Amino acid sequence: MKVEFRILAPTAILGYGFPEESLRRGLAERPDLIAVDAGSTDPGPYYLGSGKSFTDRAAVKRDLGYLLPAALARGIPLVIGTAGGSGAAPHLEWCRRIIVELACEQGLSFSMALIRSDVPHATVHAALDQGAIQALDLVPPLTHAAIDASPHIVAQIGVEPFIRALAAGAQVVLAGRAYDPACFAALPIAHGYDAGLALHCGKILECAAIAATPGSGSDCALGILREDSFVLKALADGRRFTAESAAAHTLYEKSDPCFLPGPGGVLDLSACEFAEHADGTVEIRGSRHLERPYQVKLEGARRIGFRTVSIAGVRDPIMIASIDPILAAVRQRVGQLLGDSESARVCFHLYGRNGVMGEREPRRGLAAHELGIVLEVVADTQEHADTVCSLTRSTLLHYGYDGRVATAGNLAFPFSPSDLATGEVYEFSLYHLMAADEAKLFPFHLETVGAGVGQ
Amino acid sequence: MKRLLDIARVVRSKNSGPYELVLDVILRDRTLFDALRASGQFSPQRLAAAYGVSLREIRRIIWFAPANAVKVVMPRQIVSGSPGDSDVYGAQQHAPLLDLEFDL
Repeated sequence: MKVEFRILAPTAILGYGFPEESLRRGLAERPDLIAVDAGSTDPGPYYLGSGKSFTDRAAVKRDLGYLLPAALARGIPLVIGTAGGSGAAPHLEWCRRIIVELACEQGLSFSMALIRSDVPHATVHAALDQGAIQALDLVPPLTHAAIDASPHIVAQIGVEPFIRALAAGAQVVLAGRAYDPACFAALPIAHGYDAGLALHCGKILECAAIAATPGSGSDCALGILREDSFVLKALADGRRFTAESAAAHTLYEKSDPCFLPGPGGVLDLSACEFAEHADGTVEIRGSRHLERPYQVKLEGARRIGFRTVSIAGVRDPIMIASIDPILAAVRQRVGQLLGDSESARVCFHLYGRNGVMGEREPRRGLAAHELGIVLEVVADTQEHADTVCSLTRSTLLHYGYDGRVATAGNLAFPFSPSDLATGEVYEFSLYHLMAADEAKLFPFHLETVGAGVGQ
Repeated sequence: MKRLLDIARVVRSKNSGPYELVLDVILRDRTLFDALRASGQFSPQRLAAAYGVSLREIRRIIWFAPANAVKVVMPRQIVSGSPGDSDVYGAQQHAPLLDLEFDL
């Protein structure tokens, strides 16, 4: 085992970008690995359900256009987790095509491992029948209907599939949905570094410079693993890691900062120490990985309809003062016009009152001088959503409420057309743990990219 | 009385997965962290009142000394991205904390 293992994390999410100078400095640090997390469930269920990426193709290609040749020229692996934002088969293929295109344009040739993290529906059905599925806190129990309704079911894979692919000689590893730290931690763990330190380092590096101060989602960071600690280093002028920034990031997006469960184990940070160095780096000790029976987290989303929205403002103080009864009356009138059999969900988001916090908004009595209304309609078909949105919008526009003086119209529209059909609507349908023999579930496929080899 | 902004450097909210919302407060130093923790004033009762939710919805309050931080776990009102949701990332649900005052 070498004295140090250096991991370059170029950006928080592949496609979020990084300054060329930071990458140059990071490469000058002689990294042993370039790793990047390419996804998240944060943007919501649409992307996993629809098979589309929330990251932009040109932006992802831009980032990879630097990272691919940088890694290949230095003979170090480039490891990518959660390809295409959500990591299901279409996302993996989307990212693979970008890589193949770049290899062709830049004349690069290399071996690439693809790791699919899709779990066959039959496997999940069987696991449910065998009692091998566990709902996480607040998540409803899984049903066979929910499995069938979810076009893509992915598992957050751990380090093991990455380790197998790297051992087979892959220069680039492109994985489906993965536990965020896995793409960073796999290679050092394979080299004998402590799993607790490697995973904790990966947990922080998966957001790259977001964990530094000032934080940035589009800048590089370096992690230096040693036998009994790891060091975090920022790569841009004016940015540094502090004990507080690193510790604060440790608890980011987690429900328990001391125990972070992952595939096959839990990261125990209760004895963790963060020591700040004068050179703007932080050294972390005491992170431990405790093995647990192997479980993977499953994710899935199902389509529940189609959405149309309309955006408008209200400036009339008389209307603002009685907005609740007005919206209730409009809702009722539209219901009468369409008949009770018509099913569509209508929601008024009222910005300037409680548009952000809804029922949890504590400032109830405040009257804003203007309101932003986002009318949201979700229905079984796009046509029906369009119809209900159109009728609700026109009814509200001309509704003659008590005390009305502005008889020409109730809404200020910023756009023509005023209604936007936004397409399919998904909701999360799986967020459950499944006991798994991961070695059987997540094989890799090795392909040669570039140099005229089959594209 | 001290307002939260007088004693905290970071006050934020974010999803922890699509079903959970977490509130993070990072105190300015260990002394304030210890004082707030010992005071018992960052309590489930006050948090429930600040958010207009039942006590049951304040699932956990976790103190994390390495970051001088305290974390609150609540259910999201609506699962992230489902119809009617107003904050898919859960990133703007922290403001009621800013109105809390503490006698330290």
